[in-house]
Amino acid sequence: MSATAVHSLWTMAADPIEKIDAPKIEYGQLSPTLIVIGAAIIGVLLEAFVPRKSRYYAQVFLSVVSLAAAFAAVIALATRGYGTTKAGIVAMGAIAVDGPALFLQGTILLAGLLGVFTFAERRLDPVAHGNQVDSFAAQAASVPGSDSEKAAVKAGFTTTEVFPLLLFAIGGMLLFPAANDLLTLFIALEVFSLPLYLLCAVARRKRIMSQEAAVKYFLLGAFASAFTLFGIALLYGYAGSVSYATIAQVVDGSIENVTPALAGTMGNDALLLIGAAMLVMGLLFKVGAVPFHMWTPDVYQGAPTPVTGFMAAATKVAAFGALLRLLYVVLPGLSWDWRPVMWAVAIVTMLGGAIVAITQTDIKRLLAYSSIAHAGFILAGVIATSADGISSVLFYLGAYSFVTIGAFAVVTLVRDAGGEATHLSKWAGLGRRSPLVAAVFAVFLLAFAGIPLTSGFAGKFAVFKAAAEGGAGAIVVVGVISSAIAAFFYIRVIVLMFFSEPKPEGPTVAVPSPLTMTAIAFGVVVTLVLGVAPQYFLDLAGQAGVFVR
Amino acid sequence: MNPVNYLYLAALLFTIGATGVLIRRNAIVVFMCVELMLNACNLALVAFSRMHGNLDGQIIAFFTMVVAAAEVVVGLAIIVSLFRSRHSASVDDASLMKL
Repeated sequence: MSATAVHSLWTMAADPIEKIDAPKIEYGQLSPTLIVIGAAIIGVLLEAFVPRKSRYYAQVFLSVVSLAAAFAAVIALATRGYGTTKAGIVAMGAIAVDGPALFLQGTILLAGLLGVFTFAERRLDPVAHGNQVDSFAAQAASVPGSDSEKAAVKAGFTTTEVFPLLLFAIGGMLLFPAANDLLTLFIALEVFSLPLYLLCAVARRKRIMSQEAAVKYFLLGAFASAFTLFGIALLYGYAGSVSYATIAQVVDGSIENVTPALAGTMGNDALLLIGAAMLVMGLLFKVGAVPFHMWTPDVYQGAPTPVTGFMAAATKVAAFGALLRLLYVVLPGLSWDWRPVMWAVAIVTMLGGAIVAITQTDIKRLLAYSSIAHAGFILAGVIATSADGISSVLFYLGAYSFVTIGAFAVVTLVRDAGGEATHLSKWAGLGRRSPLVAAVFAVFLLAFAGIPLTSGFAGKFAVFKAAAEGGAGAIVVVGVISSAIAAFFYIRVIVLMFFSEPKPEGPTVAVPSPLTMTAIAFGVVVTLVLGVAPQYFLDLAGQAGVFVR
Repeated sequence: MNPVNYLYLAALLFTIGATGVLIRRNAIVVFMCVELMLNACNLALVAFSRMHGNLDGQIIAFFTMVVAAAEVVVGLAIIVSLFRSRHSASVDDASLMKL
C-alpha cells in the first residue's frame, strides 16, 4: 500500500471552495452613518496623536464638520427621492433607507450638532488655573477631590474624549431607526448606549452623583438589553430568520417555502408573543415609558447637563424610530395583541409622568418626568397604526428634541458657587434678575405644556388627532387630562420665575459663548416656527411617513 | 438529543441571571448576572440555529460575545470609578439622588 493510499484513509479532499460573491454595499445611501462613524474613529486617533493643547479645537472642528456633512448627505438623499420613490433596503437587507429613517436621521444629526455646541461650551465654569474649562472632568479616571484630580485641574487637562464618544453615540442612533434586521437593531442599540453610559460619568461638578447616575444607567441598560437580546433569540426561533420582511411574512402566514423546522416553530405562539414582548420592553426602556422609566430621573439629574440634553432628545428620537419600524413593519400582523398593551403603557406613562412631576423640587428631575409624560404622548401616536400615526410621531419627535436641548442648555446657565443651581427654590425671581433667560425658558416650558403658537401644541394636536382617528379616543381623553396636569407644574415654574421675589444670595446667570447661544436660539426659533407655521413641516413628515419593507 | 432541552436550559439560565440582578447588591455581581443572561441568549440562539438549520443564530452569538466584551470594558470602568470614589460597590449605598 502506497503512502498516498494510507493517507487517504483518514483524510479526504475538501470540496473546491465555491466562489463567494462580495456583498454589495450602497455607500451613497449609507453615507450619513459612515461619515459620522468614520469621524468618530478619526476622533479617537486625534486623542492619541494631537498635542493636548490643541485637542479641544481639533475635536470640536471634526465633530461639527462631520455632523454638518452627514446632515448635508441626508438632505441630498432626501431631495433625490430616496425617502419616497427610491426608498429601498440596502447593505444586503440590513438597513432600510426610507422616509422615516431619513427624517429621523436628519433630526438626530441636528440635535447632535446642537449637542456638540453645548458640549464645547467653556465660558460657564469659572476659569481654573488660567484655563477655561467645560462641563466635563479634568481627568475622569482620578478620584474626585484627590491629589491627582487637583494636579489634573492645575495642568489644565480636559476630557476631550467626549467628542468621539458623542459621535459614536450619534452613529449608533443613526443606524437604530434604520435597522432592518434584528441583529443590526441590537448592534445599533449597543453602539449608541455604551458611549452614553460613559458620558454620564464624567461631570466636572458633583461627580460622585454623576458616577452614581452612570452605574444606574449602565446596570439597568445592560439588563434591558439582555431582555432585548432574548426577545431577538425567541423571534429568530419563531421565524427562522432575523430579517424584518421575513418575520413579518411568517407572522401573517404569507410565507412560501416553509421548511419542516419552520412549520414546527411557527405554530408556537409562545415564542412569538414572549419574544415580541421582550423586544418591545427593551425599546420602551430606552424610550423611558412607565413602567420601564425608573432610570430616567436619576440619570437625567446626575449626568452632566449637556449630556442630559443631548440624551433626552436624541435617544428618544432613535428609540421611537426603531419602535415604530418594529411595530409597523415586523408586527402589524400582531397588532391585535400589542395594541391593548401599548394602550395601557401609554396611559400609565402619560399620567405617571405628569403626576409625579408635580412633586419634584429639582429642575432636571422635573424635566426628566416631563420627558416621561412626553414619551406617553408620542406612544399615543404610535398606537394609531395609520400613516398619520407615523407622520405625527415624526413631527412630534422633531419638535420635541429641539425644545429639550434648548431647555437643558438654559439649565446650564443658571449657576451658583456649587455649579449649576438646579434646585427649584433657587430659580425664584429669575425673571426679575435676568428677564431674557427666564423668558426663553418660559417659551420652552410653554412648548412642553403644549400651549398654542408653540411647536408643542402642533405636535400634540397631530398626535392626538392621529390617535382619535385610529380609534383610540380614550387615549386622547387621558392625554388631554395629563396635559392639563402637566401644564400645572410648567406654569408653576414660570410663576416662580416671574412673580416671586429674588433671594439675595440667589444664583447668577452666566453669559455663555456663542456656542450655547446658538443652541438656545435654534431651539427658540424651531419652537416658534413649528408653532406658528407647522404646515410645511407636517407635510414634510407626511411625505416621509412610509416605511419600506 | 432534542434541541428543545437547550432552550429550557437557556430560559433557566436567563431566569437565574434576571433574579440575580434583582436581588444581589454588589454592582460587580449584578453585572455578572447580566453577563449570564447574555450567555443564556447565546445558548438559545445557537439552539434555534441548529433547529432551523441556518447559521444566522450562530453569527448573532458571535456578535453578542463581542458586545458583551465591550460592555465589560465600559461597565468595569464605570463600576471601578464609583468604587474608588465611594469605597463601596454596593448598589444600595449609591442613593444620593433618592427623593
